[in-house]
Amino acid sequence: MNTTPTTRSFGRAVGQDLWPFIKSELKPKGKLLTPFNIISAPVILLGLALIVLRFTKGLGATTNLNQEFPWGIWIGFDVVTGVAFAAGAYTLTFLVYVLRMEKYHSIVRATVLNGFLAYVFYAGALALDVGRPWKMINPIIGNSFGISSVLFLVAWHFLLYMIAQFIEFSPAIAEWLGLRRLRKILSTLTVGAVIFGICLSLLHQSGLGALFLLAAAKIHPLWYTEYIPVLFVVSSVFAGMSIVIIEGSISHRVFGNMIDPKHHAEHTDILVGLGRLAAVAMFVYFFLKVLVLIHGLHFDLLNTPMGHIYLIEMVGFVLFPMLLFIYGAQIRNKNVLLSAAIISALGIIFNRLNISVIAFKWDVPMHYVPSWMEIVITLAVVFGEIWAFRWAVNRMPVFVDSPAWAKQIDKELAEPQPAVQEIGLKDKQIA
Amino acid sequence: MKTTRRELLKLTGLAASASLLLGPDKAFARTVQRDTSTQVGMLVDTTRCIGCQSCEIACSEANGLPPPTDKPNAGQRRTTGIDAYTVVNEIESEKSNIFCKTQCMHCDQPACVSACITNAMYKTPEGPVIWRENKCMGCRYCMLACPFDVPKFEYESINPRIRKCILCYDRLGDGKQPACVEACPQEAVQYGRRGDLLDIARKRIADHPAQYVHNIYGENEVGGTNVLYLSSVPFEQLGFKTDLGTVAYPEFTKTFLYSVPLVLLLGPAFMAGLRHATRPGDDKSH
Repeated sequence: MNTTPTTRSFGRAVGQDLWPFIKSELKPKGKLLTPFNIISAPVILLGLALIVLRFTKGLGATTNLNQEFPWGIWIGFDVVTGVAFAAGAYTLTFLVYVLRMEKYHSIVRATVLNGFLAYVFYAGALALDVGRPWKMINPIIGNSFGISSVLFLVAWHFLLYMIAQFIEFSPAIAEWLGLRRLRKILSTLTVGAVIFGICLSLLHQSGLGALFLLAAAKIHPLWYTEYIPVLFVVSSVFAGMSIVIIEGSISHRVFGNMIDPKHHAEHTDILVGLGRLAAVAMFVYFFLKVLVLIHGLHFDLLNTPMGHIYLIEMVGFVLFPMLLFIYGAQIRNKNVLLSAAIISALGIIFNRLNISVIAFKWDVPMHYVPSWMEIVITLAVVFGEIWAFRWAVNRMPVFVDSPAWAKQIDKELAEPQPAVQEIGLKDKQIA
Repeated sequence: MKTTRRELLKLTGLAASASLLLGPDKAFARTVQRDTSTQVGMLVDTTRCIGCQSCEIACSEANGLPPPTDKPNAGQRRTTGIDAYTVVNEIESEKSNIFCKTQCMHCDQPACVSACITNAMYKTPEGPVIWRENKCMGCRYCMLACPFDVPKFEYESINPRIRKCILCYDRLGDGKQPACVEACPQEAVQYGRRGDLLDIARKRIADHPAQYVHNIYGENEVGGTNVLYLSSVPFEQLGFKTDLGTVAYPEFTKTFLYSVPLVLLLGPAFMAGLRHATRPGDDKSH
């Protein structure tokens, strides 16, 4: 691992014109023929070709969706799982901006960027799945408000949350472009955007689960419960944490040369803290799941094929990684924590696919299985998100420290608070 | 700190009262039981149906669909589709074989309508549940939600539509009856006000208690549907879903939707308070 600080300059220097700078930034940086590129580039190209096919031949030609199974993996994985994976942004900003746990500050930008791009790409993939995407504007511009629909709530919250996340990340863009005044204004909006964003997240994370409340007669009774929304929120906490741990571990290898040595040392501390939090969330989740099982009185179903899938999910992908998180945090071992994160992330995929695809009409003889084209497009979306993430990280201060002038602004913004109060007092005295 | 704490409490109280004032029942799905007796609907008496498919043929003509290509056949289950809004099935039963017509149930509080993000699915005040092309964005949530799997989607089209029976809503204005009702030679399908149809159905059961099961399918299922069924055998033998319960589907998401204004109003106040309380270097003022 190369830990020498990068020699490349980040952001627009003083006196450099804006447009030529942006043009120069659009060019690729770094090696083109990396193993990741060699795998991902063909997938993305094939995915793009298939997207063209989807819009010229229709959903029937590209997907295995049918009248029995209106939603496949583009909803079950891209949207429902992808958004759970993006939950790290709201949980981390809660820790850092609301509870002021400064320990996690150094990974906020990367997490928010990842969250924002996840929403853009995964929720953006909705446009592929929706049959009449040119009408997607309808519930936004107000000529067709389906206000009694959970989907309406989810759609609006996606949109608003994307804006909130963009505001949260925007200081990094301003630093990249060297726009000092804008940076100052944008950073004053962060806390508001964070708090609003957390509320939106709680609602649409649970909302994604609430969507399936209307499939009452179609989802296997071991998964269908009126508590689906609560279970979705609680599981999104450890889904987000797991992805933050995975993303952080990969980033430390790939972008290690950008990261301040000071933050390198903190990294284990951060992972241990995140692992503990994930374990707590998983315990709550497991406990709720057991309560739901007891109240549902479905013990007899546990010894059926679907019951075995349920038990694998609960024991193998919740209980086991929870214990692994606790153990990994105890011995402060990064690799154990990373393994726990990978297993619980797989568990989230498994759980979300169970509710949306596998346990949905589980008893129908010809069950939906995604077509290879659905899978390739899904992979293309995931790779596309990683490409966008890498593009931003290689240009904006995400892992590298903010420029000195930006830190100066933050200092100025943090200080005047007592001064304002004094002025207030003086005013009162004068009055 | 004292004043800020008071302010926080004030803010919390304000948020709570504001969310009460917003009165969610106006904004969200109507779930109160109401009189549906004057809405129009259909009564299907499966003891009268002879499986002649006149209703299917009339339906395809009225809706510009291709005529049916297959016939009711015991042991084979035909379903409605993008080019067949109603189909008749033949079902083997303990008595003689029974023919049964299926189509949209036109629920009083439809799952598809409460699912629809654009109000494209619409419960008309007259009773029929219709679909409006200019609004629909093709998300297919109505298909996921419908307990009867009625809405069908044109997967092969690049301008796909949702297709289903709309109880010939466009004909009703002209004083006509739905095409399938007009065509039925057996009066197995009757059109009328839901209240009257229930009366007719009850009278038939009372007059011929041995001929019918004493239950009208659709009277209470999923909160009541505008299409009602009579049968000589228990409905599950006809392949009907009898485990759907009597709760209207919008009820399932009501609690969740009610929590939305609460979270949006109380959440920020709570978190602003937390952030204030965790302010560094403030310990002495306590």
